[in-house]
Amino acid sequence: MKHSLIALALITFAPLSALAQSKPADDITAQAEQIFRGSFREDNPSYWMQRLDQDETMRLCSQFKDHPPTKVRQKIEKAEMASIRYPVDGKLIGDWKEGEKLAAVGTGGHIGFIQPDPPGRVRGGNCYACHQLAEKEVAYGTIGPSLQHFGKLRGNTEQIIKYTYDKIYNSNAFNACTNMPRFGLHNWLTPEQITHIVAFLVDPESPVNKD
Amino acid sequence: MSTRLPAVLAAVGFGLAGTAIAQGSTMDEIAKYREMLADGNPAELLELKGESLWKTPRGPKNASLEQCDMGLGPGKLDGAYAQLPRYFADTRKVMDVESRLVHCMVSLQGFQYEDVTRQWFSRPGKESEIEALVTYIGGKSNGMKIDVPARHPEEARMAKVGEYIFYRRSGPQDFSCAICHGQDDKRIRLQDLGNLTTQAGAGMAMSTWPSYRVSQGAVWTMQRRLIDCMRQARWPEPKYLSDSVIALQVYLQKTASGTVMQTPGIKR
Repeated sequence: MKHSLIALALITFAPLSALAQSKPADDITAQAEQIFRGSFREDNPSYWMQRLDQDETMRLCSQFKDHPPTKVRQKIEKAEMASIRYPVDGKLIGDWKEGEKLAAVGTGGHIGFIQPDPPGRVRGGNCYACHQLAEKEVAYGTIGPSLQHFGKLRGNTEQIIKYTYDKIYNSNAFNACTNMPRFGLHNWLTPEQITHIVAFLVDPESPVNKD
Repeated sequence: MSTRLPAVLAAVGFGLAGTAIAQGSTMDEIAKYREMLADGNPAELLELKGESLWKTPRGPKNASLEQCDMGLGPGKLDGAYAQLPRYFADTRKVMDVESRLVHCMVSLQGFQYEDVTRQWFSRPGKESEIEALVTYIGGKSNGMKIDVPARHPEEARMAKVGEYIFYRRSGPQDFSCAICHGQDDKRIRLQDLGNLTTQAGAGMAMSTWPSYRVSQGAVWTMQRRLIDCMRQARWPEPKYLSDSVIALQVYLQKTASGTVMQTPGIKR
């Protein structure tokens, strides 16, 4: 069982690397990457510097300026779909009130020497940075589509709940190179936190749907 | 201005935080605030300070910066900022306004690099000479068109490097510059975002720096601006005057070329 899983993972990822390497070595890309890597302070600890490492999806999205050709797009989406993990109890819908709080929090994860977040600062989903959600919050961004009445429009069937969870966990599984972060893949949000945001989106009692 | 300022600041603050006020009127309040400050931008005080720093003999060599070549010849500042970054034959490097200024402070005035760059940006109670000097140099391009064609091979290379970095995604939020600044007419929360891949968007952004930032109570240079963008992207901290930040400026100034400078600016 274990062996077949590893084999599956290899099959899923192998074509991605092959695609990236089959491109003729672009001189400016190598130079630019070297210049970029060399531009950071030497006293950044290595666990900060690791944040500059790109996985295959990041590399391909950068290479194609977020508009990959169909074949690459499909490969990315397939590989990202395979990354999705679920809460141990299998329940994909949590507490919308917790989700509402997470949707508003935009702090967390800032590093560096000038203005880092204090240790232990809560990381949120920062959904309002890009999406309209509850009617009462007028300070919403427009990088992503409006999600007002998300559940009211789509219902809260098992299928919709799973789609919503999967999309927040790994947005690239549905739309390769989207602007939206892969919240679950990066452990930016825990599976439980994602279930709370799912509830905020689909629960009929949530202000996203009620107002 | 001193009596009007706190009242307007309070109004802007309330507008941003308040839920009762529609976003339209919030943006109107900010626009009104900018207008009120247009003839009294705090950055203008810094311009004067920068002029004095430029002209006063200082440093171990007791020299002024009046022989500093910002790209148009020794002491020629009119329009220099609008044509930076550019390639300098004497250092064989593409330099932005800040790296060139520091070069002059070291080579002409005899300062140590570490000493002049220590306070590269101001903090409350700690003023920055670089901020003042850059504001002064920027003002000397006010009303002139940004002109960075990047024709020299080294400039062309840096423009390409900047473009590469602009689209490079990494970090725990999968960010790049492009995800926020690659489309027209988008906002993050209530803040309008420029599309920096177009002349109009890059022009709007690049023509108004250095800029007094109300939320910071300080003038920010382009280095300060871009280094903070990388902080927002949740990346580690770039070195001051690093090639990445200069390359991004070449890419953005090239895209913005033709836009008339309106500096110092005033921003959120």
